[in-house]
Amino acid sequence: MSIWVLRGLRDGVVTTRWPGRPDEYADSWRGPATVLPDAVISDAGGTLERAEVERLCPAGAIEAIDRLRVDQGRCILCGRCMAARPDLFAWSAGATGSAAAVARQALVVPEEPETKETVAAARAALAARTAALRRSVHIRHVDAGSDGCEEWEIQALLGPVYDVHRLGVFFTASPRHADVLLVTGAGTVGMRGPLRTTYEGMPDPKVVIAVGTDAVSGGLLSDRLTGVAGEVPVDVWVPGSPPSPFSILNALLIATGKLAAGARR
Amino acid sequence: MTVTSTQQSVPALSEALATRIADGMRFAGLFAARRDGVITLSAHVTGPDGLDTLEAPLPPGAASYPALTPVVGAAFWYERVIHDATGVIPEGHPRLAPLMAPGSPEDHALPRHVAGYGLFTIPHGPVRSGVFESMEYLVETPGEAIPHLNMRIFYKHRGIAARFAGMTVSDGVLLAERAEGIASVAHALAYCHAVEAIADCEVPREAALLRVVHAELERIANHLDVAMRLADAAGLAVATARFALHKERVLRLVSGLCGSRFGRGVVVPGGVSALPRKNPEDIVAEIGRLEKRVTADGEMLMGTSSFLDRLRGTGPLTSARAREHGALGPIGKASGYADDARLTRPYDAYPLLGTEAARQYSGGDAMTRLRVRFEEVAQAFRLLRHALPEIPEQPRLALRVPCDPPDGRAVGWAEAPQGEVLYDLAIEDGRIVHCQPRSSSFHNLVLMHEVFAGDILTDFPFIEASFGLSVAGAAL
Repeated sequence: MSIWVLRGLRDGVVTTRWPGRPDEYADSWRGPATVLPDAVISDAGGTLERAEVERLCPAGAIEAIDRLRVDQGRCILCGRCMAARPDLFAWSAGATGSAAAVARQALVVPEEPETKETVAAARAALAARTAALRRSVHIRHVDAGSDGCEEWEIQALLGPVYDVHRLGVFFTASPRHADVLLVTGAGTVGMRGPLRTTYEGMPDPKVVIAVGTDAVSGGLLSDRLTGVAGEVPVDVWVPGSPPSPFSILNALLIATGKLAAGARR
Repeated sequence: MTVTSTQQSVPALSEALATRIADGMRFAGLFAARRDGVITLSAHVTGPDGLDTLEAPLPPGAASYPALTPVVGAAFWYERVIHDATGVIPEGHPRLAPLMAPGSPEDHALPRHVAGYGLFTIPHGPVRSGVFESMEYLVETPGEAIPHLNMRIFYKHRGIAARFAGMTVSDGVLLAERAEGIASVAHALAYCHAVEAIADCEVPREAALLRVVHAELERIANHLDVAMRLADAAGLAVATARFALHKERVLRLVSGLCGSRFGRGVVVPGGVSALPRKNPEDIVAEIGRLEKRVTADGEMLMGTSSFLDRLRGTGPLTSARAREHGALGPIGKASGYADDARLTRPYDAYPLLGTEAARQYSGGDAMTRLRVRFEEVAQAFRLLRHALPEIPEQPRLALRVPCDPPDGRAVGWAEAPQGEVLYDLAIEDGRIVHCQPRSSSFHNLVLMHEVFAGDILTDFPFIEASFGLSVAGAAL
């Protein structure tokens, strides 16, 4: 056993210092697709071209008929839109600040003017509710039909690199001890009941985080499964297929009011 | 080479299947598809020469057919799924409880298969302690021993196979990558192999090498995940952290190569989407560092007696059962039944790189399964060292060939970290009319029924982790 102790010292400290200090990997991470600020679809091509732009997205995240919009909550990060139309679309920048939202419509970019008010109201309500959670939170994770990746990324938060314990974040087995519900998956029929029961078993105040594009909108399965918002009231939305551990960490900090300043949306 | 033959009736199919299995072929799946109101059963068997598909139509309007499970035991779960999906009853099936459909509320009463004084059932799941995928184990126990275990996987059933219908060929690969997320590359490969078989196109050499690189990195990450979970179950905190660190480094390397930590978007029909974003020399150097660390920690783990005591003799699968069921991947190998698609039906750059045959194992317990995984990790590092220098920094030729499949049907396969993945794919007018994935997680999970001989409740996490399967892949 003692040799394992020495082995543990071999690589020194591997834990990231994010969010206190910047992390190269977090900042290099690609988020969902976004619309370039100067993107213009020429009217010469007319509705035909606009319909073609919409069809670029296999998950139906692009709206181009009236205005050009990307719903990042539907984006599965396949990169097809920027490959075909680099003049219109680009990857959004990484996990720090841009990859989680406190209102569903804030994931639609570019933002509508009225979204700002909704976001401000949602953030104020969330902050009031979670004032007591700032020191330490306990998390209950429920898989509502994920593809298995999100579980790996959440599990990574417990590993030595992300180590959420340093931020006062702990995972708990019992919903009775939980403050935060992390939900992954597209919301399968079989998991709707267990998900609701888990949510109802949690004491107030509680926060629900939808982790991943599947949980936000159903992703590629959205013709039948539309995410988890129909079963539990989602407070924080994390797009990504799957979201990186930094994105999930970022969402946790937003949800518990530890990163109010960083939450642009 | 895949061969499809049609039988006149289900008994003829059953007989043909039994003959082939007696000749040494391996049962690889049984499915039902409804086309124009007629339900057709398709069974797959594999051998060294390829894969055979045997089909038999059911009479129109048939409400039942003679079950295959009494003849081919491995069809047990497959026929339950057929019953869930079509409502047709396999007559003579030993237990037709719902597996993929939630069933009626009465089915949710805790069933009991073993009777006796003081026996009770522990419902474990679907929401389980820790970060796990959702499934339910019904553990029947008098307190310590586990005389019977039942599993329910329908909680996560997403209807992936049905979703494929109507998708374009190029969109299909995106869904295949999301069928079993931790084996994204293997699923994408099996799907693309089916497309390429229909289109009769050959993948460029560099693309074939890159496919191997991503498939082997995925294998390393998955096996490190199993090592981490086993160390965690034994309470070895440092070992758990070490393997978590190694796994994270592998995922970061993958994201450095292609932008996705799970290798998504790399494999496309006809080749690969792009060259790695790092130059091969840097990758080889990083692989070298990783290999040194993983090997050292692996050796130390396999020399930690308090850890091995928990694995030795735990969850044994006899080689007779492994052979009979056609157990896939590391589970089969550990029980002396090795059918590695990379060797027996090689694809992409594996014939080029010369995959050597794995050692023969016979233990069949959790320890042997972990030994097999560490050997596969070492082999994966070897393959990476051979493959990477062959990949040029600038593509000499196109990385993908045009792949425009005509109407047709083919079965594609790839060896995932969990074992062989199959995709039975039919295309008409450039769109998918039928696509039935079969993951090794589904095929192997049923074996969990039989490995609790003499094991007790505290062995459960070790046995589950040593299987290393994904519920998403099993429930699809």
